[in-house]
Amino acid sequence: MAGEGFYRAMLRRQLALSLRRPVQLFNALLFFALVIVLFPLGLGPSPETLGEFAPGILWIVALLANMLGVETLFRSDFEDGSVDQLLLAPQPLYFSVMPYLLTQWLLAGVLLALVSPLFGLMLGLPVGAMGALAASLLLGSGVMSVLGAIGAALTVGLRRGGMLIALLVTPFYMPVLIFGSGAVQAAVTGVDSSPYLALLAAMLCLAVALGPLAIAAALRISVDS
Amino acid sequence: MPSTSDAGARVLLDARGMGVERGGRQLFHALDITVCAGELVHLRGANGAGKTTLMRVLAGLSRFGFDGEVAHRERCLFLGHHSAVKPLLTPRENLRWHPAGERFGDDATIDEALAAVGLYGYEDTPAAQLSAGQQRRVNLARLYLSRQPLWLLDEPFTAIDVQGVARLQARLVQHCRDGGAVLFTSHQSLDADVAVRTLDLEAVAY
Repeated sequence: MAGEGFYRAMLRRQLALSLRRPVQLFNALLFFALVIVLFPLGLGPSPETLGEFAPGILWIVALLANMLGVETLFRSDFEDGSVDQLLLAPQPLYFSVMPYLLTQWLLAGVLLALVSPLFGLMLGLPVGAMGALAASLLLGSGVMSVLGAIGAALTVGLRRGGMLIALLVTPFYMPVLIFGSGAVQAAVTGVDSSPYLALLAAMLCLAVALGPLAIAAALRISVDS
Repeated sequence: MPSTSDAGARVLLDARGMGVERGGRQLFHALDITVCAGELVHLRGANGAGKTTLMRVLAGLSRFGFDGEVAHRERCLFLGHHSAVKPLLTPRENLRWHPAGERFGDDATIDEALAAVGLYGYEDTPAAQLSAGQQRRVNLARLYLSRQPLWLLDEPFTAIDVQGVARLQARLVQHCRDGGAVLFTSHQSLDADVAVRTLDLEAVAY
């Protein structure tokens, strides 16, 4: 039995499941767009004010959009018994959760990072900071997907895990938010943003290496109870 | 760890002193279960007798909250109450990308299995458009594809029509003849021309 074939199959399964329900896919983007549109109305349309707050706004909204999306990561698979089967599979669960994470990151994080310059433009973010915005979101959303997945795996057995998951993962999202918006802020003020991005990349490495351990353990606990 | 029974058959599942308590009630206790190759074991019990709980413990999904230990378990195929069939995927995709991690072979093999459970012509229909019974059949097609020696089937006959049940029973018997073993729960009795060992949970209840 080729393990590699299994992970590829799981990845194709996850991608097919996500792409065949595009509503869910666009929900995060729509949420992002809606909230961003509200800020000029609330703060006033002057580009100076908006531009000043733009890095923080963009990052906070991205964080919330990520939290909304990641909550349902394991839910349907848990409810229909797919997670049971995954647990009984001979392949290590550590690797089996990777396709879930990769799909979540690709379809939520990467997509958001790619369109984020558009929203940056709406908030008057200087064009020079667009690269830092996209790069920081690209890296940071990966970290947030993994952290959010730990919360999702822990709360998947509960009927109303929504609020709990927010309470669980928000503290862990904070360093990502700090360094993510810091990277954009640095680019706005003309300082080199690469140290921030390097820190985000280090967080991503750590999250990808250790996160699946926690996710696997959390799934086993959820299935057991 | 015993690898053969007294009669010389290979032991596929060996659990000792199993006991489960739920809500202050002891469902069963000190239950020994040994399943050898070639055996067809019918686990019986009223609703709430602890059949599903026991099956999940035996499969290794529940690791806490029970007495006793599963001393030995071969690789198993587990069919639970939930069929793990995704409505958005077609029956063929459901099997090809199945999370149980077993390679089911090429599409022709999968189509054959689907035909065997009466889903010929539905291979490419999204499972959402299939009936509840047909969705369960998609899951049951795994019984024609799996090469695991030990099968743990929790209520495999639910929502399956009479002819379907007959074919399924024949498949279980065939698997046992091929050297596998089946432990299943059902409220129906199996009318097969093979020795079925019955394990009654009520008999070991407090």
